[in-house]
Amino acid sequence: MGFFRFFRSRNEDTSAKVAKDRLQVLIAHERTGRDGPDYLPLLRKDILDVIKKYVAVDDEALTVQLESQDNCDVLELNITLPEPDMSHQPSEEAKRRAALRRQGQAIT
Amino acid sequence: MTKTIVVTSGKGGVGKTTTSASIATGLARRGYKTVVIDFDVGLRNLDLIMGCERRVVYDLVNLVNQEASLHQTLIKDKRVENLYILPASQTRDKDALTIEGIARVMHKLRKSEFDYIICDSPAGIERGAKMALYFADEAIVTTNPEVSSVRDSDRILGILQSESKRSKMNEDPVKEHLLITRYNPSRVKEGQMLSVDDIVDLLAIPLLGIIPESLSVLESSNAGKPVILDEESLAGQAYADAIDRLLGESKPHRFMEAEKKGFLKRLFG
Repeated sequence: MGFFRFFRSRNEDTSAKVAKDRLQVLIAHERTGRDGPDYLPLLRKDILDVIKKYVAVDDEALTVQLESQDNCDVLELNITLPEPDMSHQPSEEAKRRAALRRQGQAIT
Repeated sequence: MTKTIVVTSGKGGVGKTTTSASIATGLARRGYKTVVIDFDVGLRNLDLIMGCERRVVYDLVNLVNQEASLHQTLIKDKRVENLYILPASQTRDKDALTIEGIARVMHKLRKSEFDYIICDSPAGIERGAKMALYFADEAIVTTNPEVSSVRDSDRILGILQSESKRSKMNEDPVKEHLLITRYNPSRVKEGQMLSVDDIVDLLAIPLLGIIPESLSVLESSNAGKPVILDEESLAGQAYADAIDRLLGESKPHRFMEAEKKGFLKRLFG
């Protein structure tokens, strides 16, 4: 083993390198939940409610992250839209909104 | 001024009790009146590592419940002057501890003019661990060069920054120290283990010391003698260095390099 390891190239990805890369991503993600401003969970909920008015997404479909780069904060939203619904049935919310539209009422 | 230091990690089995025993012993040997408290109620082990397991009469829960006095509960170390052990209860669980109860104990220790109170935290992030860190002025975060330990250390740093008394009272934050234990430089060199630089990079707190993986840690615990008293061993020397740094001396870090192997050993070893 030692014989082969001696001649092995030094710049290939070692398991320690893989470990560090994985931890870097994970810890950064876990810290945003912890260090992020108090309003982030509420903001996430409100955004999710708005999206749900138009598309039937589930609660895990949205990730909200606040990242600081140099001297500006970037709010990153990541929304995973569902696969096209094969049943072609509109959501209850979409039906309600369509009915309102037909009646010429303001949508709330 | 009494200083309270918590030894914590989140993850279990990384060396909190070994570290608590050696740090407390090291400080006492430098002449500071020191007490080390086992917060692992229900799973006490500090008594075993300190070699005083047969001298436990009263424990932390008795003291919190005012069933015994401080004088009755403290065990005076037989080897080192100025060193006292406050054992955990073995029969109760962690719910027996309350902030008010621990606050009373801390007050009594301060009145007895202890210089250092070392709190040996249980693993986890539940009640016992939160009680252990609540009163801390400083924290020694014990971390193994291994993914789950690093992640849990980061988590416990978050808890220190949000749930300690200092954070709740808006005082200066708890001073954090990183102690890397079970370090194996030759595995690091082979790319099989996270390096000191990797861990410092990830956790971003100042490094207090590196304790090399060493048989003497096991042998010392077998004997019930803190490894810092084994001055021949590398782990014992590494803990002594950490004491110097804790007391404010700047000392270069040792034990980061593997011992040099000869060409033939590298080729066939």
